[in-house]
Amino acid sequence: MGVLLEVSDLRTYFFTDAGIVKAVDGVSYDVNAGETVALVGESGCGKSVSALSIMRLMPSSQARTVGGRVLFEGIDLLAIGPREMRRVRGQTIAMMYQEPRASLNPVLNLGRQLTEGMQLHLGISHRDARRRAIDLLRRVRIPDPESQLSRYPHQFSGGMLQRVVLAMALSCNPKLILADEPTTALDVTIQAQILELLKELAADFGLAVVLITHNLGVVARYADRVNVMYAGKVVEHADVGELFANPRHPYTRGLLSSLPRLDAPRSDRLVQIEGQPPDLRDVPAGCAYHPRCAYAYQRCREETPPLLQVGSTGHLSACWVAENLP
Amino acid sequence: MSVELAATPTPGDATLVDVQGLKLYFPVKSNRGFGRKRLVRAVEDVTFTIRKGETLGLVGESGCGKTSLGRGILQLYRPTAGHVLFRGRDLTTLGARELREARREMQIVFQDPGTSLNPRMTAEELVAEPLLVHKLVRSKAERRERVGELLSAVGLDPSMGERYPHEFSGGQRQRVAIARALASSPALVVCDEPVSTLDASIQAQVVNLLVQLQEEQDLTYLFIGHDLAVVRHVAQRIAVMYLGRIVELADTDDLFANPLHPYTQALISAVPIPDPVEEAKGERLILAGDVPSPTAVPQGCVFHPRCPLAVEACAADVPTLRELRPGHWVACIRADEPRAA
Repeated sequence: MGVLLEVSDLRTYFFTDAGIVKAVDGVSYDVNAGETVALVGESGCGKSVSALSIMRLMPSSQARTVGGRVLFEGIDLLAIGPREMRRVRGQTIAMMYQEPRASLNPVLNLGRQLTEGMQLHLGISHRDARRRAIDLLRRVRIPDPESQLSRYPHQFSGGMLQRVVLAMALSCNPKLILADEPTTALDVTIQAQILELLKELAADFGLAVVLITHNLGVVARYADRVNVMYAGKVVEHADVGELFANPRHPYTRGLLSSLPRLDAPRSDRLVQIEGQPPDLRDVPAGCAYHPRCAYAYQRCREETPPLLQVGSTGHLSACWVAENLP
Repeated sequence: MSVELAATPTPGDATLVDVQGLKLYFPVKSNRGFGRKRLVRAVEDVTFTIRKGETLGLVGESGCGKTSLGRGILQLYRPTAGHVLFRGRDLTTLGARELREARREMQIVFQDPGTSLNPRMTAEELVAEPLLVHKLVRSKAERRERVGELLSAVGLDPSMGERYPHEFSGGQRQRVAIARALASSPALVVCDEPVSTLDASIQAQVVNLLVQLQEEQDLTYLFIGHDLAVVRHVAQRIAVMYLGRIVELADTDDLFANPLHPYTQALISAVPIPDPVEEAKGERLILAGDVPSPTAVPQGCVFHPRCPLAVEACAADVPTLRELRPGHWVACIRADEPRAA
């Protein structure tokens, strides 16, 4: 399995009247063909903006990617022309968003929305596109797919629509799906349906998935490798088993221990991380996490720790005390 | 710090709230037909009690009626049928004035403090309002002091009282909302998804605060949530709702160790555990289909169209909530059959 996507030192800032918001500030990670890589973190940590930056879709006119490289099969997506980029967006990399209703056009029926991209990007006839759309809807287990093509988004539930969005994402044979909180708006039993489906179809189609989520349970269940983000940076990276068994960043540890878990005995108090995530216009000097960190010392307040290998291969942590955590 | 206003209940009287056959229907405009009225049956014949000093968890997916039920108990929605007894007094028969007085003892913390707090009021004004409404302070000085106490109790610096809601972070805003709910020294607080909009690192802070305040002030909580792990952490007993009905009610540990209703089993199974080793072990019970619309509730057991155990009889009659084991109630005709593991 070769490297499919390689993001290095990506920087996307928002130039607001109130100052520069460093939403993504030097993010690096890679994705191999066929694997699922999670970006996990709390709201405002930059996980969504980093995915949008890959697609060169800026969430606001104030946002600009000011540095870094995004190599997809060796080609820098930040350097190619608008026409090539359109092809990438329509065909090679697909996106799924949190709110399926927002990614579909409310006044077009499903058939039109599903076939349009295929006709444009695959150059196939309307009839073939329609046949393929029916097949895809069947793959995402939408009952009676043929008659659904004439229906409109408002006639479906959120879970059904997310299936439609998944079918649409698969329609032009992408190599990678960027799934941005694909189940956050859904109920837990529906979330399980959609994520199982995504996992199964990604395996069938040989797709890589970048799974953006705030839910560490979802990460544990569906990801192969994990990047934990905090304040615009990746602070820890590891294989999923290694990350959960041997977290080497105090923030990852804090997150893991602050979660109540169904498989653990009930306790009186949850372990809590003190304080709150920083204002991204005014990130603390040194390590952005140091004001909340129990292990912080002088160096943490002065020098930003780079993402360095700790212990086993492929395990990276951006922490000056990573090697010496108890 | 709590003002000693709560009436002492008669010893041995462990029930604070007694909900009897509560129904909440809401009319919706039909977009087809001529003025044909449809009803959303948000809460359908719900009976349970909340014991003094406990946290009763109420879980279920969106649209199951858990929020409506919470509001129905407080009479924020007037019930279609049924009774809500608070300390033995039927709230459904009270007029507006009596109800306002009764509400001093029953408060609510809403899900989203960004919308539940008036943006034009400072934190101090927000927290002071219940004190003024219920005439619990006699002077400005006393009000200031009491607001300061309340803000400190929820972990905010009293000097933050001058700030407006938008000047707080989400977690701090929820603290203001909690201080406001506690201002009138209530006995019951309905916590309606109080941490759902908060980030993981903040969620634990607010959950801990709620637990601590309960211990200090002898509060009773109805804790509504969709995150099973959070509700399990705070609640001593849990009621599971599906499409307007309670399908299972049990002590927390018992519910998770021996879930008897197939819906509860699926709900627990659907929650991913933040541990890949645990995740690799589990066989998952993935439910098929969607939750039906509350305007078109299935006949018989409301869960039967999605239920892996459904038999013909399930489509015929609504199963009654019965006590299968001491303290463990379930509404499923097949709950006491031995099952293949």
